[in-house]
Amino acid sequence: MSLMQHSASISSSSSAFLGESNIFSRTSKVSLPSNKSGLCKCVSSPPTEKTAYNTKVARNANMAKLQAGYLFPEIARRREAHILKYPDAQVISLGIGDTTEPIPKVITSAMTKRSHALSTLEGYSGYGAEQGDKQLRAAIASTFYGDLGIEEGDIFVSDGAKSDISRLQILFGSNLTMAVQDPSYPAYVDSSVIMGQTGQFQKDVEKYCNIEYMRCTWENGFFPDLSTVSRTDVIFFCSPNNPTGASATREQLMKLVQFAKDNGSIIVYDSAYAMYISDDSPRSIFEIPGAKEVAIETSSLSKFAGFTGVRLGWTVVPKELHFSDGFPVAKDFNRIVCTCFNGASNIAQAGGLACLSPEGLKAMHKVIGFYKENTEIIVDTFNSLGFSVYGGKNAPYVWVHFPGRSSWDVFSEILEKTHLVTTPGSGFGPGGEGFIRVSAFGHRGNVLEASKRFKQLYK
Amino acid sequence: MDAIVQHYISENGTLDIDAWREHLDFTFVCFWGLTIIDNSAGSTCLAIEMVPVTGHCTKVPRNVNIEKLRNGYLFPEISVREFKHIQKYPDAKLISLGIGDTTEPIPEVVTSAMSEALRKAIVEMFYRDVGVKDTEVFVSDGAQSDISRLQLLLGSNVTMAVQDPSFPESVGYVAMGLKFIVDDKFQAYIDSSVIIGQTSKFQEETGKYGNIEYMKCGPENNFFPDLSATSRTDVIFFCSPNNPTGYAASREQLKKLVKFARENGSIIIYDSAYAAYITDDSPRSIFEVPGAREVAIEVSSFSKFAGFTGVRLGWTVVPEELLFSNGFPVIKDFDRIVCTCFNGASNIAQAGGLACLSSEGYMAVRAVVEYYKENAKILVDTFTSLGLMVYGGNNAPYVWVHFPGLRSWDVFNEVLEKTHIITVPGRGFGPGGEEYIRVGVFGGREYILEASRRLKKLFD
Repeated sequence: MSLMQHSASISSSSSAFLGESNIFSRTSKVSLPSNKSGLCKCVSSPPTEKTAYNTKVARNANMAKLQAGYLFPEIARRREAHILKYPDAQVISLGIGDTTEPIPKVITSAMTKRSHALSTLEGYSGYGAEQGDKQLRAAIASTFYGDLGIEEGDIFVSDGAKSDISRLQILFGSNLTMAVQDPSYPAYVDSSVIMGQTGQFQKDVEKYCNIEYMRCTWENGFFPDLSTVSRTDVIFFCSPNNPTGASATREQLMKLVQFAKDNGSIIVYDSAYAMYISDDSPRSIFEIPGAKEVAIETSSLSKFAGFTGVRLGWTVVPKELHFSDGFPVAKDFNRIVCTCFNGASNIAQAGGLACLSPEGLKAMHKVIGFYKENTEIIVDTFNSLGFSVYGGKNAPYVWVHFPGRSSWDVFSEILEKTHLVTTPGSGFGPGGEGFIRVSAFGHRGNVLEASKRFKQLYK
Repeated sequence: MDAIVQHYISENGTLDIDAWREHLDFTFVCFWGLTIIDNSAGSTCLAIEMVPVTGHCTKVPRNVNIEKLRNGYLFPEISVREFKHIQKYPDAKLISLGIGDTTEPIPEVVTSAMSEALRKAIVEMFYRDVGVKDTEVFVSDGAQSDISRLQLLLGSNVTMAVQDPSFPESVGYVAMGLKFIVDDKFQAYIDSSVIIGQTSKFQEETGKYGNIEYMKCGPENNFFPDLSATSRTDVIFFCSPNNPTGYAASREQLKKLVKFARENGSIIIYDSAYAAYITDDSPRSIFEVPGAREVAIEVSSFSKFAGFTGVRLGWTVVPEELLFSNGFPVIKDFDRIVCTCFNGASNIAQAGGLACLSSEGYMAVRAVVEYYKENAKILVDTFTSLGLMVYGGNNAPYVWVHFPGLRSWDVFNEVLEKTHIITVPGRGFGPGGEEYIRVGVFGGREYILEASRRLKKLFD
């Protein structure tokens, strides 16, 4: 048996990158006993002085541009470290936006039924259409886009928005330019880097070259001032927004669509939190006239149905959306989906269909209502402590301002002193600095307990 | 926006596929607008609805790499021919041994279990003796997605080698509103390579994409490439047991491959999706070969092993020792890709996977594999008894039948026309597949036996 230890001279916090499974120990010198045949491989020096074998395959330069670990595994790592330090602490996580409440029975029984059917000759099915089950696509079209002129054929069922975003990036290729909200969900920027659309990360401004960051703050009502935004080929826009919780108004989205139209850009509209909207903010970009010629919409059952582990989402690519040469974007996206993917799990799709039944919709609204009550509790808590609080009305996220403070410092302080996990705003982009995102997913008891602890810390 | 309907009819009732193909090449046809109708004259007619491009075009240029992709003709073409055939012979009991989709239900024990540590179970079941750690296993929603994520990882500047034959030129292309089921989607090595930008244009004369090294595999070289004649590439895709040839590389051959990769500093991406079908002592994992951990990634899947083609579950092994040229561990970057571009396989699929690897579950899924293998034996015997050169079939669910001097599409047509059996013409898997047809072994026993009967009648 050969024992190997890598000294990770790769980057300063390499051990952070891999979350719980920390493969790379940072100890560099270990003496190991030889076994009888003397075959003990001990790599105790940086790879450049290696005894380890390197292939001659150059590392993808785009990967090297990525900054320290994707945000959420990094938070998970810190949480794990905290638990090791305080083994008796009751850590409550309002960090990673993961749902906690069970999936309604009407939905899981459909999945059970589908699973069991797979053990029968009549019920067994193999490969499905990569675009998804026809019935499900039709149900998505009628449920979410009923009177908006989006049809079953425009819907591509997926294993979730994160995968869809990457597949869209593959579709776009490396020569396109992107704009993102700042702050925003990290997958838009990171996938853009991986695809080779960006330059290097500039530490002083905390931004990648060649991405247009559209600042969203309380000063501009969390909607970018488009008159100051340069043209890019693609604009990622998430509303209701993660992390700020802001939901764009109809007027704002009309401006966005007009902006895209004037610039010949494509909007990738992420509506994963649409069902949390309380007011009359648009739930789909396609509510805006003209959007079908400029926008793709991606959405997910993760936060609607607790499907974060089950994995089911969809992307809408309207027929009217064309590349500059007139070629329909949907055609190429279909090709990507057929080549790089093999469809969402048939069992997850059965669950998805049940979600969209009348009973399923009712059940989903109930769970969403529960999380919205959680959100109110958190909003009230921070309001009562005199903080400036944003979001929370149309999304399960509360965006709390800590003016003048580093968000990672606030994160650490909260974790250390209250055993509460939140998410530092700067993890979502430089525009998030000075903010903490508190997510409202959690058992009611935990949310109430968290509220108590916040009050104690900041009274 | 008014749609235009164009008809393609041929005088003698056979569909003019070439005209249709040419038409698709040069028009902006929205695929969902295509319908097939039967006109009153009785001949099959293909109607294509063209939606003219009007209105707003964005100023976003199309990804030039996707433009390079050939229109996928293999499986839609087969589908069209199948459809036409059904029109012509409405009473024929069509048997499809074309699609490589599993047909037998998943054993009960698998579908009713709960989820646990799948990674550990995979290592315990498949890699116990070759030192793979559970931290090196990445569970996925299947090999097709994994290959695409590996291409993202590697980027557009790496060069690739592939076996020839191994891949259909068209991969899961849904054309003309026809739904068809293919298994070769996961063999999307070439298409994914094109999309990422590793290749140059498709060359009609050779039938190959520029900048990909095609490693010919045939009976003349024992279905293993002559490595001395193979140029160095950064990445070597190697599928064993192979789709479509059914050939499983021997230990000696894989040692040569690992040595070749090591000498060239290349990375092997080893697709072991059919390992469960191996009958002899061919290696089931590349990691059985010493030294492979420093040169190889292995991709595998529950699709053909457990009938999970729709459930979606697979895995990729990236050994810790596999390093880029600058010493950076590949596993670190792959982990980042997986965290950024993916959110895990469905927890329910994972629960099913775990049940497959329980002792009861494993026995049950193996029984289904044995069932398919018995199908394979029947088909191998059938073709052999007819005096044909038959390859594969004993280590994989594919039988690779040689028809020297004949074009594979012609053989496909003849078999379909005369026996109502769908196969797959070898040419669809690359230029090295010419003169062969691939016969899949998935299907109920009675269909396989019926197919066998018909084939015997045809070729007697």
